[in-house]
Amino acid sequence: MNWRSNVVPVVVAAVAFVLFWKAVVVIGNLPVFILPAPELVAQRFVTAWVDGTMWRHASVTLLEITLGFLVGAGLAVAIGYLLARSRLAERLLSPYIVASQATPVLVLAPVLALWLGTGLLPKIVICALIVFFPIVIATMVGIRSVDVRLLELGRSLRATPRQMFTQLELPAALPQILGGMRVGATLAVIGAIVGEWAGADRGLGVLINLARGSLFDFPLMFATLAMIALIGVVLYLLVTIVERILVGSWRSS
Amino acid sequence: MSSQAADGHSPDGRREARPFQTDSVRAPDCSREDELTVQATAAISLEHVSRRFVIDGRPVTVLDDVSFAVPAHGVTAVVGPNGSGKSTLLRLISGLLLPDSGTIAIHGAQVAQADARVGLVFQEPRLLPWRTAIDNVAFPLELAGVGREQRHEKARALLELVGLTTFARAYPHQLSGGMRQRAAIARALVRDPQILLLDEPFSALDALMRERFNEELLEVWQRTGTTILIVTHSIAEAVFLADDVVVLTARPGQVAARVHVPLGRPRLPDALDSATFSRAAASIRAHLSGSPADIAAHEAAAAPVSDVLERAGAAAFFDPFSGGGANR
Repeated sequence: MNWRSNVVPVVVAAVAFVLFWKAVVVIGNLPVFILPAPELVAQRFVTAWVDGTMWRHASVTLLEITLGFLVGAGLAVAIGYLLARSRLAERLLSPYIVASQATPVLVLAPVLALWLGTGLLPKIVICALIVFFPIVIATMVGIRSVDVRLLELGRSLRATPRQMFTQLELPAALPQILGGMRVGATLAVIGAIVGEWAGADRGLGVLINLARGSLFDFPLMFATLAMIALIGVVLYLLVTIVERILVGSWRSS
Repeated sequence: MSSQAADGHSPDGRREARPFQTDSVRAPDCSREDELTVQATAAISLEHVSRRFVIDGRPVTVLDDVSFAVPAHGVTAVVGPNGSGKSTLLRLISGLLLPDSGTIAIHGAQVAQADARVGLVFQEPRLLPWRTAIDNVAFPLELAGVGREQRHEKARALLELVGLTTFARAYPHQLSGGMRQRAAIARALVRDPQILLLDEPFSALDALMRERFNEELLEVWQRTGTTILIVTHSIAEAVFLADDVVVLTARPGQVAARVHVPLGRPRLPDALDSATFSRAAASIRAHLSGSPADIAAHEAAAAPVSDVLERAGAAAFFDPFSGGGANR
């Protein structure tokens, strides 16, 4: 893989994006409370890091995302496997799974805050819930499409049920499961922010509300937005890297 | 492949590894006495085996009252048209399926479940794409709980046996079709099976590769002394490889005949051009086509002609595929 062919287009695109942003602000003569100029946001981003504001909030959000993702992904893989292997389980559970996904988290978040308070727990639940769906579907499809000929090989070698899962089904379905996790990782960010909006005292969602509603610090609001976007991109990249490590070497092309 | 390991010792000659010895008996040489004693001990015996499947709600009998024995340390082939239950037969012997009636025994013990004494080679290599060649070969040992050092040593010896030493670290997608099937054969041999079952293992290869693989399989057989049962739809392959060829009829599969192949060992490619080869092939073909007239015509006409040619020292070319009466 070529360093230049990878990095150069990304940098060019980023520069173009910032220039476009600046152009919109200048040409449109936009006031700061509509869209602050990029250099203003960048400056505020740096000061927020330096005075510790950003980390104080980002660390909480990151913790929520991490725990929520792990719980949601773990449950999703387990239940996805169950759905793939048991018709009965699929019939019983899939209506609820679909319903849980169709219910907007925005509505669910205040309810969960009511039940579980404003601590870490409701955010983890929301994150897990939103992460769950794409991964459960990916796992189900992945496990169902495992080559039956490989499973027959496993049976001919008298693999135990546990070996069948760890040595055959899981690795075979891994590309699909990781695909679901890519989607899930970005959704986890949304889950955490929405959860924080429903009631919290720390977190990037709280910081956005503070900057907009009480501090009128619009550059800080956009800096926070950039931070949230950055977390999403980094998480996505992380999953991609894990994917490359786990399945990159054996998948052709 | 080198013949280093022909004495049954591993190429590196260490005490521990006699990786290809599967039983106390050495690879057979084919003098007449040996053949007789070998015949006496059946590695696999099938008695009145029947198996039905339900296809679209209707029961279909795939194998009907099949009985035959596979002598230990020999090569036996099963030929039959599509739908004669050849693959089902191998699944029954390997314990992946159970018969509806009748019994299957391996060295006298009835088969009740997937059996470690049997190595199975499928039509496709069925390598795990996320494992390197050596880890694929070692996979059965890993499932059995053998330590990493030990199973890799064994796998390396088998990769050498099938000529894949330099590709030990390659993933299946980096191997050619032929190399993948070699790895699959090595994997089937890794637990020192007493019996190697092959289900049309070379059908995906082109004709030239196939001939070479047949020779290599015989070499492997000679070094390991494993009993081989191979299912194929190629008459030439069956005759070249086997001491005995079991001919199955079309659905439901029944044993139509058992044809002995009186070719010596080791078999070289030019055996394909001998009269004995042609005669055996023609006989199998006659039994496959199934009409009694064909069989009778073949038996009356074929033998004398080819004997004359063979005595004269000429290689006799017959086309075994143009029907039972071709030799007239």
